[in-house]
Parts: sequence; C-alpha cells; structure tokens
Amino acid sequence: MWLASVALLVATASAIELTFELPDNANQCFYEDIEAGVQNVLEFQVVTGGQYDVDMTLEDPHGKVLYKDTKKQYDSYTWKAETPGAYKACFSNEFSTFSHKIVYMDWQVGDHQNKQQHVPDASHPMNVLESSAVAIGNHLRVVDDYQTHHRLREATGRKRAEQLNERVLLWSLGQTAVIVLMGVAQVLILRSFFSDKPRRPY
Amino acid sequence: MRGLAVLLAVFSTSSALYFHIAETERKCFIEEIPDETMVTGNYKVQLYDPNTKGYGDYPNIGMHVEVKDPEEKVILSKLYTSEGKFTFTSHTPGEHVICLYSNSTAWFSGAQLRVHLDIQAGEHAQDYQQIAAKDKLNELQLRIRQLLDQVDQITKEQNYQRYREERFRATSESTNQRVLWWSIGQTLVLLLTGAWQMRHLKGFFEAKKLV
Repeated sequence: MWLASVALLVATASAIELTFELPDNANQCFYEDIEAGVQNVLEFQVVTGGQYDVDMTLEDPHGKVLYKDTKKQYDSYTWKAETPGAYKACFSNEFSTFSHKIVYMDWQVGDHQNKQQHVPDASHPMNVLESSAVAIGNHLRVVDDYQTHHRLREATGRKRAEQLNERVLLWSLGQTAVIVLMGVAQVLILRSFFSDKPRRPY
Repeated sequence: MRGLAVLLAVFSTSSALYFHIAETERKCFIEEIPDETMVTGNYKVQLYDPNTKGYGDYPNIGMHVEVKDPEEKVILSKLYTSEGKFTFTSHTPGEHVICLYSNSTAWFSGAQLRVHLDIQAGEHAQDYQQIAAKDKLNELQLRIRQLLDQVDQITKEQNYQRYREERFRATSESTNQRVLWWSIGQTLVLLLTGAWQMRHLKGFFEAKKLV
C-alpha cells in the first residue's frame, strides 16, 4: 500500500484546454502559477476567423519573453519553468480590424507521463499488471490528443463549408434582386427619355 | 486503501489557470463535446484591491454560470458564490458554450476580477478518489476503471466525429445543389427580364407611334 501512496504523491500535473473567442483588436492573457523545475507544454490553434492567425506571447514571472510569434495558425511550445511564479500567455488579435477568432489553447503543467509511473518491483506480479495499465493509459492519452487535433482541423473545414453555403444563398438572392431591379430601372429610365413633358420655350 | 485517500489539493492551492475580466464583462468558453459527456468546472473569483494592489477574496461576489447547448438552449443558469463548482452533462453532441459573468450591478466596467478556472470534460471530469472510496476499489481496479472511462470517451468522440462528417457532407452537397439551381434560376430570370423589357418597350414605342 505504501507504493500506492508514493505513486500518488508524485508532483501534481494539471492540464487545461480552453476554446475561447478573441474579438477583433482584443488581447487575452492567461496566467498560471508554476513552481521551478516543472515541465510545461502550451499549444494553441486558431479554429475559425479571418486568416486563421493570432499573435502569441509567453512571458516568465520576471517579464522575460520566452516565446513571441505573430500571425501563427498553430504552434506548440515546451519549456521548463526556471523561476517559480506566474507565467503569462497572451493571445492578440490586435492586428485585425473586423475578424474575430476562435482560439483553442491547451496548457499542460507537469509531466503527465511521469505522473503514473512508480518504482517497478519485478518480484511483485501486481506491478507488471500495473505497468501495463499505466502504459495503456498513456497510449489512450495519445489517442485522445490525436482526436482533439482531428476535431479542431475538421471544425475549421466544416465551419468554412457552412459559411460558403450560407453565402451562396445570400449572394444568389441578392444578385437576382439586382437583376430584376436593374431591368425595371432601365425600362423606366428609357421611358422617361421619351415622355411628353412640357418643354420650356427657348 | 489509505494510500488512495491522499488528499487532492484543495482547489485554491492547486495550479489552476487564471485570467482577468472586468466587473461587467462576460467571458465565454466553447466546449465541443460528444453527447452524454460530463463537464465539470471549478472556479474562484477574486477582486482587485487598490489598497493592497493585489487580488483578495470577497465572499459577496457572485458569479453567474450559464451553459448553452448546441441548439442555443440554456441548460444551466445558476448564480454561485465567489468560489464554486458547476457540472453538466451534454445530451446533444456539439458546441456547448459556458459563460461566466459576475452579478455586479455597475453600469460600466469598474473593478478588475481575477477568475481562476478549471474546466474538465469526459473522463477528466471524474473524481476517481471518490469513485474508489464509494465502490471500494483497490489501485489496480481503479486504474482499470480509468482505462475503461478513457476508452468509453474515445468511442463517444469517434461517434461524434462520424456525425460531424455527415453534417459536413450534407453541407457540401447542399452548397453543390444551391450553386447549380441558383445558376440556372438566375439565367432564367435574366432571360425573362430581358424578354419583358423588349415586350414592354415595343408596346411603349408603338403607343408613341415611333415604331
């Protein structure tokens, strides 16, 4: 049983994924309090909006810029926290005047692989089963990760398709209306050239 | 079993993400999930205190949590205290929108609020310590239960993926149809308008005795 308690006392690892809307000209920052020596992975992807790009800046507690890039559609950054404190990740859509973006972000604090490992003891048959269970768990996590990425890419395509569908209808209706109006307007204008208006005597 | 009774870090001390919002601002997050998936959110709100130049706990701040399902129907709308936990289970697959806003009655955005937030979906939303205690599972059984939940969630996601692909295909086919029929339709309208114009003008000029 003490092995169990050892296993669970390993440093806490947390992961949070959020999908949020970033309006035009907006800047959204997220903070995490991280201890020194902790491995972090920050991943982001623009799902919909404009040219599918966003600016991202990552700063450490002292304000030192760890990562800064502009107009990226997707990126993943891994770093080890040197100093303890609040790390800040900012997403900026300030370069865009009218397209709001939907951004997916995944911030993993701590090493998730190590979370489930503990001291192997080959003499205890239970541990072989436990190791297998841990290995399966890790692989399933990878599957979940792939599914998420697939879902995001597919969402981008699907939303574009829906937008296209809507636009085709609206523009077709608009164009038809313009054709009819133009036709009527042309006739009316032509008629007005030939109308018997009383002319001013010169 | 005592090994399993390790205290889960109290929310306020666990490493959670936080961000700042204005008092009257509404912040929304989108969760795209399959159906029958549980989503749990833990949050804590702090108010900026200009005297200490820091964020402190004020129990009187209330937070509205509103969750809308993919059909824009509100499935959860509750006022919680400054620190709370909300849970909902999806009954339709799709994008659920979770909105948080404080119950401030200010007319314009006054103070800054710091919101600590943790949203987990699917098997991440389960509290395994509680499940282990309730069903009296040893560590191996608990791990197997976790694996089962993970696989279950993967299956749900795959099903959802099939449904999404079906929708995408339907949208593409609809676009295809629309482009075809509207092109034909517009050509007809163009021809009819031209024919009407000619007929009308002919009649007009004949009446005017110009033709």
